[in-house]
Amino acid sequence: MTTAEYQGAALGERVPVGGRFGWLMTIYRYALVILLALVFVFPFIVMLTTAFKVSDEIFMAPPELLPRSWTLDHFVGALTQIPFFRFLLNTVVIAGLSVLGTVLVSPLVAYSLSKLRWKGRNLLFIMVLATMMLPPQVTLIPIYMMWNKVGATGTILPLIVPAFLGTPFFIFLIRQFLLSVPDELIEAAKVDGASEFRIYWSIVLPIARPALITSAVFQFVWAWTDFLYPLIYLNDEESYTLSIGLYSFLGEHGVQWGPLMASCVLFTLPAFLIFLVFQRYFIGGIATGALK
Amino acid sequence: MQSARPTPSEPTGRALLKGLAFASPFIIGFLVLYLWPILASGYYSLTDFSLFKAPKWVGLANYERMISDAKFWKSLYNTLFFTFVGVPVDIAISIAGAHILNQKLKGQPLWRALVYLPSIVPAVAAGFLWRWLLNAQYGFVNEILRWFRIPQPNWLLDASWGGISVIVLMLWTVGGTMLIYLAALKNVPQELYEAAELDGAGPLRRFWHITWPMISPVTLFQVIVLIIAFLQVFTQPFVLSKDPGLGTQTATGPGDSMLSYSIYLFQNGFTFLKMGYASAMAWVLLFVTLAITLLILWSAKKWVFYDNR
Repeated sequence: MTTAEYQGAALGERVPVGGRFGWLMTIYRYALVILLALVFVFPFIVMLTTAFKVSDEIFMAPPELLPRSWTLDHFVGALTQIPFFRFLLNTVVIAGLSVLGTVLVSPLVAYSLSKLRWKGRNLLFIMVLATMMLPPQVTLIPIYMMWNKVGATGTILPLIVPAFLGTPFFIFLIRQFLLSVPDELIEAAKVDGASEFRIYWSIVLPIARPALITSAVFQFVWAWTDFLYPLIYLNDEESYTLSIGLYSFLGEHGVQWGPLMASCVLFTLPAFLIFLVFQRYFIGGIATGALK
Repeated sequence: MQSARPTPSEPTGRALLKGLAFASPFIIGFLVLYLWPILASGYYSLTDFSLFKAPKWVGLANYERMISDAKFWKSLYNTLFFTFVGVPVDIAISIAGAHILNQKLKGQPLWRALVYLPSIVPAVAAGFLWRWLLNAQYGFVNEILRWFRIPQPNWLLDASWGGISVIVLMLWTVGGTMLIYLAALKNVPQELYEAAELDGAGPLRRFWHITWPMISPVTLFQVIVLIIAFLQVFTQPFVLSKDPGLGTQTATGPGDSMLSYSIYLFQNGFTFLKMGYASAMAWVLLFVTLAITLLILWSAKKWVFYDNR
């Protein structure tokens, strides 16, 4: 393949096959990529080492990267100064139910928009696209008033019900995937007399697995990291998510950087683990160009 | 687009029912979470109302009030500043980084993962982390500037640097865009570079005459996606500017330099309970977003190149 030979051609680094200064170019390439990675990773290193420093060392000018003496005190502080496990449980419940709603409902709608042929289908697809582009600020207040009217503000319902009504973005993603699935598979099942739902459930869903996993992991990370909607709807500390809990942490205790950084580490860790396990689905989802 | 072929035996009425049945959750969702709220928001924007009192018709008064509301203009100015500085820098860093990643390197998945990792971090955690990094006394950003003998600004407390701090935080999550560009670079036909090289074109000319036009459709899409995201920015400035010990109404930064449009909208709606005014602000945001998007789409025919081979 000539691709490998010319990768990076635009910046002028031709890959000299056996060139005299080949090793120099190799060093240069790795130096560049390490520098790039470092810019992104360095903040994590600071987050981690700050969490392990004793309080006196945190406030040291000029700052030092590594702790002189390592301590776990701030992690203990993070877990005890705020009801960390309560917040964690709330976040897990909201993220879990959002993911459940997404994988149960979005593919149903996507199936209707890609494999069923009915009058009005194109109109509905246009509606999906239009809603994807609408700034959420426009619907924010009426939806709040609606939840307020039915007495659901302060509960997790406003945060999870939307996932059970189909998220436009994931409907779009799964639809695009299903368009590439050949119709023959479905036709064959129809000839055998399978019902539409049976075809959907036992043929289409298994095929759509990659798109479902991509949707699920993105939904999880979005729900896990969401701030604005929990801020609006959760007004009782009992129901706070980690985002809101961490935010109020700063107000109640002044700035205690040690415990704050330790809780940031603990808060970020689950999202990282999901990312590591499902990395190729993330990268695949991004590479479609549709996701950020 | 149309891939489903009609099943010959199926009557249209039955097909319609099936289609609607499968799509019904979203049809309900569209009516309840989009269509009705959009109409209601338009109506609210013409009224004076809060949680506790019924909407009272005031015509265009909310829109007129914006004209003389200095904070409204400040928040709009800040948001446009974030957008028009942040988006071009975001694109430039993404393209440069994508070139670095597109070299012949071992461990590609690792490099890609490291670059994308910040995008997974909860925005609240990222905000706190960068408050610490940007701390003028104890932060590492100024420490690094000190090594290189570059003047160190007081990022979070100086009104002229507040907006830049927000942009810096947002640029930390540039990895997603970078990976999209990496995919785009891999799609540029290599024969083009080979031909240009035979003609003696240097790296800059190759970039300008081949790479840039070939990735311009991706640039168009990314510019629009990023502009929409930057115009709606809320959490990053909200966390960066939080004042310890005070409530949410103070999250605006030094000299209101971090007061984004969405923060001011949120304050009006949920802190001051001026929900009519907040709804009017939401509509202005929608029109600003539409206007900028259409402007970019209109300009596209001058700089976006579609390969029609």
